[in-house]
Amino acid sequence: MPTNHTQPLVLFDRVTKRFGSTTAVDSISLQIFEGEFLSIMGPSGCGKTTTLRMLAGLEEPSEGEIQLAGERINNVTVSERDTPMVWQSLALFPFLNVIKNVEFGLKMRGVSTIERRRRALDWLERLEIVDFADREISQLSGGQQQRVALARSLVTEPRILLLDEPLSALDANLVVRMQGVLTKLQKELGITFVYVTHRQSEAFAMSDRVVIMNQGRIEQIDSAKGIYRNPATRFVAEFVGANNILSGTVIAADRLIEVDTPAGRFKCVESSDHIWSIGDTTSLVISADLIRLSTSAVNDENEMECRFISEEFVGSIVTVLAETPDGADFRIQLQQRELSELDLKVGATVYVRWDSHDAHLLRDTN
Amino acid sequence: MIRAKIYHGLFYFYVALVFVFVFLPILTSFVFSFNSERFPTIPLGHFTLHWYTLAFTDADVWDAFKVSLIVSLSVAFIATFLGFCTAYTDYRYNFFGKSAYLALSLLPPTIPLVIMGLAMLALLARIGMSGKIISIIVSHVVLCSPFAMAIVRMRLAQIDPNLESAAWNLGASQWRTMREVIVPFCAPALISAFCLTAAVSFDEFAVAWFVSGLNKTVPVIILEILQGNTDPRINAIGSVVFVTSITLIILAQIIYMRKSTRKTLTGF
Repeated sequence: MPTNHTQPLVLFDRVTKRFGSTTAVDSISLQIFEGEFLSIMGPSGCGKTTTLRMLAGLEEPSEGEIQLAGERINNVTVSERDTPMVWQSLALFPFLNVIKNVEFGLKMRGVSTIERRRRALDWLERLEIVDFADREISQLSGGQQQRVALARSLVTEPRILLLDEPLSALDANLVVRMQGVLTKLQKELGITFVYVTHRQSEAFAMSDRVVIMNQGRIEQIDSAKGIYRNPATRFVAEFVGANNILSGTVIAADRLIEVDTPAGRFKCVESSDHIWSIGDTTSLVISADLIRLSTSAVNDENEMECRFISEEFVGSIVTVLAETPDGADFRIQLQQRELSELDLKVGATVYVRWDSHDAHLLRDTN
Repeated sequence: MIRAKIYHGLFYFYVALVFVFVFLPILTSFVFSFNSERFPTIPLGHFTLHWYTLAFTDADVWDAFKVSLIVSLSVAFIATFLGFCTAYTDYRYNFFGKSAYLALSLLPPTIPLVIMGLAMLALLARIGMSGKIISIIVSHVVLCSPFAMAIVRMRLAQIDPNLESAAWNLGASQWRTMREVIVPFCAPALISAFCLTAAVSFDEFAVAWFVSGLNKTVPVIILEILQGNTDPRINAIGSVVFVTSITLIILAQIIYMRKSTRKTLTGF
């Protein structure tokens, strides 16, 4: 978790970046703290990579200010910022061998030959690739190249490391292993990692905080759990996880807030301090893994009669697709074992229900 | 099936014919350069190095080789440098009129050599630079730079676009990046461009003939000897020129193929 909340290491203050007539990043403000693992996540074209490139100095902000350790860095050139980056393509130097790649940053800083060899070997050791020190880059596997890229960026011992979708070229099981390597490294070094990805699994597995971006704007900044359980906007609710979203109107705003939707009337305990009043339009979000499924009605508060459509099997978890009374899709996640006990046929009537505490209301309605 | 085989066979026959058509004269000249007879007739006489000795005891021939060597080496250096700069500009920057710039820089080889030679002579004479070794160098640089540019451009097309940014990101200035990243990356292309432009310049006759004046290059002296009479020394000189050029070209090809295939499949 962030250790020092008073003085952020990085500050984006209403930063905008335009390319011609398109706005890639639209007035974002963001604080990144010393020693935290922060992920920036969003669909392609949301501005996450541009944000990272602005921090590295590869793009110049059109408006706003970026600060690093309290100093404005808008006009500091790339080579003068100490913000090493791990690239999606890795961008290792193909004409240099492993050790020379790792030494590059030290050589540019004028570190002596013996000293830089020693420090590069240290890092190769630390990343368990010291045996490959004299190999050509093309002789290494994807995972090993990844480690070389990490060593090359970390050898100068920076305070912050930028990572631009570094795992996207690896196959699934290697991704999980590298995630382990990255989290362990970040904890040990205690430096700030800023990690850009479009994959939720990567962002959620490693980060202290996650920034969700869409169309150049920040939709939400929170811990992985906060984003998963309390999406701030409809975009986040749709982008993250398997959420069911029911639009409706508030018809009772008491301790319990009651919402009238085309699929029925449901109650919700709202945890945020927003004051709801009758007549407000809202969206009710219920996470698919918090829903129970049965073949007979229990006459619970939040219960709905649906039609079973299909099931999608992913390991031990099954996603059931059902149809609400008004014809919309509704997803329920449960254990494979639970589903087989129910023995459902396509078109069968099922009852879904959830706890009032597990539903969540969204303020925006667009 | 059988028809396909026949077409296939015919195609190979056709390719073989083309090769025979191109290489037979060269081969003939090669064979007769070692033949003792004065005139190129069959049956052949006995094997001799007489014509080589005769050719290379002639001071004019030696001078021509010296001029050709100076010219082709200088041209190779300058043309490779210019070609690299042009190709890098094309790779790195976008600017107004870029396609015109590219077309212009690739234009010289499309101009007929006689017209090019004549134009060069007209220009160089007007500015008082004709008939010198430098005039041949200047003209050949114009002719050769596009080849160098094309080779370097091909190499730069294979570069990971993040490679330069990665070097900056690790603290290298723009110049340092040029020296530590771009030039090493392009090294195979630069060496092969050097060999190729040297070969083109060494071989070139028409333009050199127009602008060389008294500083004759090898191809020019060959014509001069040829105009006098049929002299088997021509076969000897021709064979040396051919072997030199083909060696340079094969070298260029090998260096480019080996280095760039071995070291490009990375970064993914």
